[in-house]
Amino acid sequence: MTALVPAAGDAGATTTMGSVSIPGPAPSVSLRDARIRFGERVLWDGLDLDVRPGEFVAVLGPNGSGKTTLLRVLLGLQPLDSGTVLVDGHPARRGSGRIGYIPQQQGMPEDLPLRAADLVGLGLDGHRFGPGFGLGLAGRRERRERVAAALAAVGATSYASSPVGRLSGGEQQRLRVAQALVGDPAVLLCDEPLLSLDLAHQRTVTDLVDARRRTADTAVVFVTHEINPVLPLVDRVLYLVDGRFRIGAPDEVMTSETLSELYRTDVEVLRTRGRLVVVGAEHAQDHHHHEAHA
Amino acid sequence: MTDILGRLLNFDGTGELLGLPFVQNALLASAILGLVAGVLAPLVVGRGMGFAVHGTSELAFTGAAAALLLGISVSVGAVVGAVIAGLVFGALGLRRRERDSVIGVVLAFGLGLGVLLLGLYSGRASNKFGLLTGSIVSVDASNLWVLGGVAVVVLGTLAVIYRPLLFASTDPDVAVARGVPVRLLSPLFAVLVSLTTALAVPIVGAILVLSVTIIPGAAAARVTSSPLKATLLAVAIAEVALLGGTVLSLAPGLSISGYVATIAFLAYLACRVIGRARGAVRPG
Repeated sequence: MTALVPAAGDAGATTTMGSVSIPGPAPSVSLRDARIRFGERVLWDGLDLDVRPGEFVAVLGPNGSGKTTLLRVLLGLQPLDSGTVLVDGHPARRGSGRIGYIPQQQGMPEDLPLRAADLVGLGLDGHRFGPGFGLGLAGRRERRERVAAALAAVGATSYASSPVGRLSGGEQQRLRVAQALVGDPAVLLCDEPLLSLDLAHQRTVTDLVDARRRTADTAVVFVTHEINPVLPLVDRVLYLVDGRFRIGAPDEVMTSETLSELYRTDVEVLRTRGRLVVVGAEHAQDHHHHEAHA
Repeated sequence: MTDILGRLLNFDGTGELLGLPFVQNALLASAILGLVAGVLAPLVVGRGMGFAVHGTSELAFTGAAAALLLGISVSVGAVVGAVIAGLVFGALGLRRRERDSVIGVVLAFGLGLGVLLLGLYSGRASNKFGLLTGSIVSVDASNLWVLGGVAVVVLGTLAVIYRPLLFASTDPDVAVARGVPVRLLSPLFAVLVSLTTALAVPIVGAILVLSVTIIPGAAAARVTSSPLKATLLAVAIAEVALLGGTVLSLAPGLSISGYVATIAFLAYLACRVIGRARGAVRPG
């Protein structure tokens, strides 16, 4: 990976990379002057972000700051009000096969008529109408092999034919990783995948995501309200607060000074035993239900 | 007691009856319905649509009653009523709480209206009763054509949308993220269910449509979590219930719905026992 100057963005003074050509691989995700507005409220404006292949970008910020909306834009589910968005070199579109998506863990009903391998298989061709991989033996064998490989990659082979609803939260989340990766995506979007997992399972999921981006150069956009579980992996942080944002390495963004500017109040970032503790952000925005412990 | 049992399980002349054209029509209709209902049942169960199906069948009954009064084809009336219900329920999507109350409201109104329409009808009483409890004796060749045509449409559509539909039904959040048109599939599936329900109403009766559209799926879910195996098992149960119910009802001359519902229920109990004996829903 070539060294790349991070695009530093700020709502007031935005340093765009403009048309300056950068050596190295084309970015996996590229947002230019992106703007999203809901009615009167501008979620973000002038957002420039390039995510390189293999790069891990954490998206942080309080509820309602537009983290999930950013994922929806990349998934092609939400059009930008202005600006452009490219995923793997193409305009973001619904149902792109170049994107893998990991949702937050949520319990599945015990009697859900689906086995682990079926869940992963849906990640491969569940969005395709018609016969998908075809009715032929070759197509079916290829499908089976790809699902088996994805299950093996996350260590889920032993429960491949178990009903998903009977697996533990940690096992289900491993399957989510396999489901997202089985289509061999260039970009992996994660929407709070660690929520409601215990520490050991959080570690498992982050290790799997990290392994994927290292071996396959998959770009990772990881929405989270808690940076510590992924801190060792994060190359850059996109921190969104109430229309303002900052992009940069964790050391640059996760400072008392920067977060105080973003929250427009006194916020203190403490570093203790390799963890970051943000104090003061909870009270910064009373009009939002708040969970901005970064 | 023995008397009653003797009346219920009576095979006097069943053999001869099986040779009659109208009985053969009935068996063919049952077989077609069993196939379609069996394929749909696991999806209905998976999407938690049992109540919606019941509501749809009551609206099919309303449509059929209106058709009876107007002197047009009962099947057409049932299809119109059921499809309207299906579109209304399908538009409600997957928000269960809201869905339940709206279905309850529409169902109650539809059933009341249907009873009123039947009251106004002055034709044969067996026609009236047949809509509620089923009467396959009335299945004639034209009904068979409608039934066959609808079966082809439903199964053909399912063949195209099956995988995205399964995705949207079992894993809606990721399905949306992957670009599955969840909001389009929901009313489409509801219409497929409506068509099947409408066809089932004249055969098994509005009250007991659930016996072929829910029970086979619920039973299969007890013993397998494989979508394919669940579908095959549900079809088998629906076929046994419908064909078995038809044959058993011949000699006693009773309506088939009781037989169909009983066989399906026994299959469900058996599946529960098997599932329990294995300790859990077994892999595969």
